Amino acid sequence: MIEAQQLTKRYGEKTAVDGLDFTVRPGSVTGFLGPNGAGKSTTMRMVVGLDAPTSGSVRVNGRRYAEHAAPLQEVGALLEAKSIHPGRSALHHLTALAHTHGIPRSRVEEVIGLTGLESVARKRAGAFSLGMGQRLGIAAALLGDPATVMLDEPVNGLDPEGVLWIRNLLTGLAAEGRTVFVSSHLMSEVALVADHLIVVGRGRLLADTTVQELVRQAGGDRVTVACADPARLRGLLTGPGVEITGRSGAEELEVTGLTARRIGTVAAEHGIALYELATRTVSLEQAFMDLTRDAVEYHGSATAPADPTPATSSTSRSAA
Amino acid sequence: MSTIAPTPATPSAAERPARPAYRVTAVRVLRSEWSKAWSLRSTWITLGLGLFFLVAFGLIAAFQFKSRLNSGRPMERDFADANALTLSLFGTNFAQLALGVLGVLIAAGEYSTGMIRSTLAAVPRRLPVLWAKALVYGVVALVPATVGVFVAFLIGSNVLSGTRAALALSDPGVLRGLFGAGLYLALVGVIGVALGMLLRSVAGGISVLVASLMLVPGLVSLLPTSWHSHISPYLPSNAGEAVFALHHDSTTLSPGAGLAVFALWTAAALAGGAVRLVRRDA
Repeated sequence: MIEAQQLTKRYGEKTAVDGLDFTVRPGSVTGFLGPNGAGKSTTMRMVVGLDAPTSGSVRVNGRRYAEHAAPLQEVGALLEAKSIHPGRSALHHLTALAHTHGIPRSRVEEVIGLTGLESVARKRAGAFSLGMGQRLGIAAALLGDPATVMLDEPVNGLDPEGVLWIRNLLTGLAAEGRTVFVSSHLMSEVALVADHLIVVGRGRLLADTTVQELVRQAGGDRVTVACADPARLRGLLTGPGVEITGRSGAEELEVTGLTARRIGTVAAEHGIALYELATRTVSLEQAFMDLTRDAVEYHGSATAPADPTPATSSTSRSAA
Repeated sequence: MSTIAPTPATPSAAERPARPAYRVTAVRVLRSEWSKAWSLRSTWITLGLGLFFLVAFGLIAAFQFKSRLNSGRPMERDFADANALTLSLFGTNFAQLALGVLGVLIAAGEYSTGMIRSTLAAVPRRLPVLWAKALVYGVVALVPATVGVFVAFLIGSNVLSGTRAALALSDPGVLRGLFGAGLYLALVGVIGVALGMLLRSVAGGISVLVASLMLVPGLVSLLPTSWHSHISPYLPSNAGEAVFALHHDSTTLSPGAGLAVFALWTAAALAGGAVRLVRRDA
């Protein structure tokens, strides 16, 4: 259980986390989503007391993290940046952490086995691949058999097998009744494992919701229609609960609130020729982007995906 | 599993009997820091280097003195006044760098690598980490430093036997000087730990350490003599030297006073490191 109350962190002029209120409950995976720079990592650092909040508070399992007698048993955290000494072996790293809590050697070996690090446990951690480094971080997070597991971008740099492994691990931990809190800037990653979502942008809470609810709120499905007389069709479709967008002069309209079937019927009844009629299901990714559009710190210059000539895109855009 | 502190039978503990009762204690943090210190190659290398400096430079100084004495050429006054203790402790100047740098590495190295995040997540109360590091490293440095100065003296005094610089272990002040030198070197290491914690930067910590031990005495000697003679004995390096010097005069502190002053410098550095550790985000 993680409870944040008006959690705020300022660095000089910049507010990294701005009055966050949320609760992460046990027994399910909670996704912590937001664009880069939204304050996710800062929030997680405050949970384990590495950063002190400017105001507000965050408690884990009823107390501030530092007030627990065995902190590693309360929260196991994998933070975004590497938190190891590259000159020390994985085994020595975990053993040193285990010593602070009196965690027995058998548990160290257990987490090494759990994360599949047996073959490299005695090698210097500095020589680890990104994926091995993440596994070592997760081994450290699980060391104290914690009631709450908090992972910052755990799939970063992992190969598909590693990603799958993390997913299974997370759902398994939640099924054991633990609190699982996972951050990501990729909706598609989180949607596969998370039941609950906390979405932040520019340090503020944008949504505290579930995956299904987020899709519903995003306005459901949208229909794209291209026709011979868009102005007339627009007039015919207008009604309560219907939203139509389209540029003047273009033959394309975006309609929400009506099905493709209904639009096609109306057009046929009035003899308007249709060139295209397509239902666009709102993807989670889109719902997330809509939600965080205003909160994205760095916008790309072109919105079109995979522009093959990025050098000319800005000139063509300004000419348009 | 046994814990040192009794765990209260809280209702939540009763609900989850399967969970082992882990607990952070000062002794366990010490044990963790001990295992951290020895699991890095740099510890072994730097301690070995410190030991080598102590013995090698002590011997070189002893042989140099003897050959100059035999050649009959005039010697600089400092060198001419030398005795077996000062000659065999010649290596402390270099060993203090090795041991001080290792102290800085043990503390600031955690910040430069990111290890500090793991360390403080395990011990979020933070201060036990600093005390444990200082104590562990003090002991880690004390043993090779003391061994080193004794070896250097035993071989050096053998080389110098029969010359006017000859001294034996049983001569007054020699044992005190040797143990004092070991203690001085260990405290330099502890100051290194404190500076590393205070500055959180390996380069910064080493710079300040070298400056305070080697540059400041030179700068202070530029001051007017009346100021200089008041300040100079209390500088870390001069106070520390008083701990292991054989002869003391009006310009130096007594061994006891020197040790007290040097310990105060160490405490001041530790206090600075503690404040930074507790006050600032990791």
